Amino acid sequence: MTEKMDKKPIISLRNVIKKYGENLVVNKINLDIYQGEFLTLLGASGCGKTTTLRMIAGFEDITEGEIFLEDENMAGKPPYHRNVNTVFQSYALFPHMNVFDNVAFGLVEKKMKKAEIRKKVREVLELVQLTGFERRKPDQMSGGQKQRVAIARAIVNNPRVLLLDEPLGALDLKLRRQMQLDLKHLQQQLNITFVYVTHDQEEAMTMSDRIAIMNGGVFEQIGTAEEIYEHPKTKFVADFIGESNIFETSIHAVEEKMLKLIMEQGDVTVREQGFEVNEIAYLCVRPENIKISEFPVEGFNLKGIIKENIYVGSQIKTTIEMINGYLVKKTAFPDGDMKPAGSIVYLYWDDGKSVLMHTKEDKIYNYIESAEGGSIPS
Amino acid sequence: MKKEKKKKVKNQNHTLPLLAMISPTVIWLFLFLVISLVYIIVISFMTKGPFGTIKWMPSLQSYIDFLNPVYLKVFRKSVEIAALTTVFCLLVSYPFAMALSKTTGKKKMLFMILLVLPFWINGLIRLNGWVNILRETGILNSLLMKIGLQPINFMYTDGAIVFGMVYAFLPFMVLPINNSLSKMDPALLEAASDLGAKKFRTFCRVTLPLSIPGIFSGTIQTFIPSLGAFYIADIMGGGNTMLLGNLIKNQFTSARNWPSGAAFSVVLIVFTLIVMKLYNKVGNPEDLV
Amino acid sequence: MKAAAKAGKEKKNGYGYDLIAYTVYAFLYLPILIVIIYSFNKSEINVNFTGFTLDWYKELFSKDRDLWQALKTSLLLASYSTIISCVIGTFATIAMHRYRFPGKQIIENLLYIPIVIPEIVIGIAFLATMSMFGINMSMTTLVISHVTFCVPFVIFTLRPRISGFDASIEEAAMDLGANQWHTLKRVTIPMLVPGIIASALMSFTLSIDDVTISFFAAGPENTTLPIKIYGMVRGKISPDVYGQCVIIMLGTIALVAAAMLILSANARRTKRIQSN
Repeated sequence: MTEKMDKKPIISLRNVIKKYGENLVVNKINLDIYQGEFLTLLGASGCGKTTTLRMIAGFEDITEGEIFLEDENMAGKPPYHRNVNTVFQSYALFPHMNVFDNVAFGLVEKKMKKAEIRKKVREVLELVQLTGFERRKPDQMSGGQKQRVAIARAIVNNPRVLLLDEPLGALDLKLRRQMQLDLKHLQQQLNITFVYVTHDQEEAMTMSDRIAIMNGGVFEQIGTAEEIYEHPKTKFVADFIGESNIFETSIHAVEEKMLKLIMEQGDVTVREQGFEVNEIAYLCVRPENIKISEFPVEGFNLKGIIKENIYVGSQIKTTIEMINGYLVKKTAFPDGDMKPAGSIVYLYWDDGKSVLMHTKEDKIYNYIESAEGGSIPS
Repeated sequence: MKKEKKKKVKNQNHTLPLLAMISPTVIWLFLFLVISLVYIIVISFMTKGPFGTIKWMPSLQSYIDFLNPVYLKVFRKSVEIAALTTVFCLLVSYPFAMALSKTTGKKKMLFMILLVLPFWINGLIRLNGWVNILRETGILNSLLMKIGLQPINFMYTDGAIVFGMVYAFLPFMVLPINNSLSKMDPALLEAASDLGAKKFRTFCRVTLPLSIPGIFSGTIQTFIPSLGAFYIADIMGGGNTMLLGNLIKNQFTSARNWPSGAAFSVVLIVFTLIVMKLYNKVGNPEDLV
Repeated sequence: MKAAAKAGKEKKNGYGYDLIAYTVYAFLYLPILIVIIYSFNKSEINVNFTGFTLDWYKELFSKDRDLWQALKTSLLLASYSTIISCVIGTFATIAMHRYRFPGKQIIENLLYIPIVIPEIVIGIAFLATMSMFGINMSMTTLVISHVTFCVPFVIFTLRPRISGFDASIEEAAMDLGANQWHTLKRVTIPMLVPGIIASALMSFTLSIDDVTISFFAAGPENTTLPIKIYGMVRGKISPDVYGQCVIIMLGTIALVAAAMLILSANARRTKRIQSN
């Protein structure tokens, strides 16, 4: 990973803003994407991820800011002058052309020789395992096959970057899982930079080198799957990626890298830095990191009662009700620490298994400043 | 400064192909439709000159002429005949369109082809076929006489004109109704009967309301052409009945009174625009075609 | 038992609908049948069928240059009008679909004029304007007047098709390096072809059967078949006209049948490829 980071970015987004009328869709984002990287834009629908992709492809004008492709400013460049290719969510295969003509489309635009086109198309169809399908029309193919034609049609042009807009969204779950792996292998084999848009966090985690989580037109966090899961920077990320227990706390005291936190559920001491006394913060603990004990544990004053244990095969899901009524989620392997429903327990977790996050209030303040009076994304 | 320039380039990118693609149609319609309609309106306010010329002297004489009871009667009769035509077309078309919408697959394709095919055989010849059947010494009357009945005078009546118009404009009523009926989800009918509606009730509460756009569109597409179709009145009415279309045509041809022909045309335009205005209140112009 | 009775009832209803359909078709086709019969009738005055003859067909091919000339005029007129309407109408449809621009609503309203204003007014207005400019009626004026009423139909036939397209297909073309013109040429227009064929059929049909507008826009040397027949129908109509109609009808049916055969052959080939 780090060797990639040392290289120059292949795509750079600089303070990019996109407005539709008064509606602010992308709010001053910055992003560097590196050669050979698989980067995923992850977010719920309407978060601006597809708009960002379409601005890179050239389908949308940028309201403010700049996009560079290999140090070249893309402003005013139409899609057909950008060396990037897109795989569309709806595949967007040309219905009046057969597979060969679909795949050859970009090569014909480049005025390549016929023999060379034939050779290239044959190679790429072999790569996506569609040899022998040259003469089929799109309406004579299954969803998965169409998907592979769409990919072949894009990569045959040797793009610097391949943009993929929820390409697996229309496939059924089993096929989607297979295609995720195929795509990942294809990307490694071709060593092309992939920018991938999805709302499916599992898909993002499976395939990506880095994930950029978008919400309300801004990046909440950019990092590897592990970084994002283990060290979510915002409450949104903690909530959006996997399951989390999120406690609202206020910092009571700061003592030598240890923070004393006061929460409605009880008091906790954690090892964290960069917070001030009396600051309001969120404390996030993943369900699998929650441990229980019959006796109070040092540094933790979290008492609760086990509401129920649900056996889901590989795991046991336990719900614990805290004194203020807050329900804590805990997961454990069946042979782990388990107590019957109704038991009084004390919660704790190992050092470093919790994440303390600043609240968003100061961030909202930043929005207003950066949008120059524009509307606050909801 | 730099930004402004960029924007201009972008605009040019769109303006040029837009102009190239849209202007032939716009210029065509403007030159040959708008100008001529404006011209008609202008001459309707001029005076008739000698020998069929137009005297460029503004006057309302042509419109005053129209208030002549003879002309008003023609106008009333035209509207009546168009209205009757529309009603009969609707009465024949609705069950027929329902029958069409119930068929599927190859049979439907055959039915649709059979509906459009007569269009490719000259309409006047087909009307003439009816003349041969209906006239005094025609096929129908020979049959009547053979079974000992008195011959009936079908032709050259207002009824014959309505009959001819129904025959000519029937497909314009059938197609839109069939369109809206075919678009209807058959599950709706099942849902209605599932909810306990009897056949007739299902028809009244589901089928009919959902086909109203088609009915409106068909009504406009038969009513308006019936108002102006002079040749049907010529053939089926034998010149006995003067409709607005014939009147306008005569003013421009035999009577050579262009200002009054133009004025009658303007009256017809205004009348159809009023009808369209009413239609826009209840229907959607998108359904028209 | 009950189910069987229900099925029987539904069948009966089906026959009811068929009865309605066949009655209406009888209404539509009866005069055509008369035309066919009379084209073989010995008697010239079309009252009773007095015996079978092919004389009218002989006469049609030996004497009646006029009828064939009129048919030729009509076919040429319909072809020219269809080609022009389809070309300018297709581009206008694409432009109106793709761009937003000032005055779009005005164009929209303009397109409705030939549909909502009776043809006679449009014909008369055209005649008056041409005479104002001192232009004599000719094939050109005929084509101009026919294109004027065909273009809106072309646009209204194409519009639902183009708005049904997936917008990303055109984007895909641009993404793959096609500029605006290439996108139009290689993707947009080819995808519109079925719609263009449908609208071409529509304009051709409208144009070839038109009486009202041609009546005013035709010059003495450019009599179309409907105008020729209109002149005859009010007086005595000779049975060779019927003969020509029968020949046109046969030609039309042959064309439709050929088109259907090609279509079903295509469908079969598609199926075969799919099953491979």
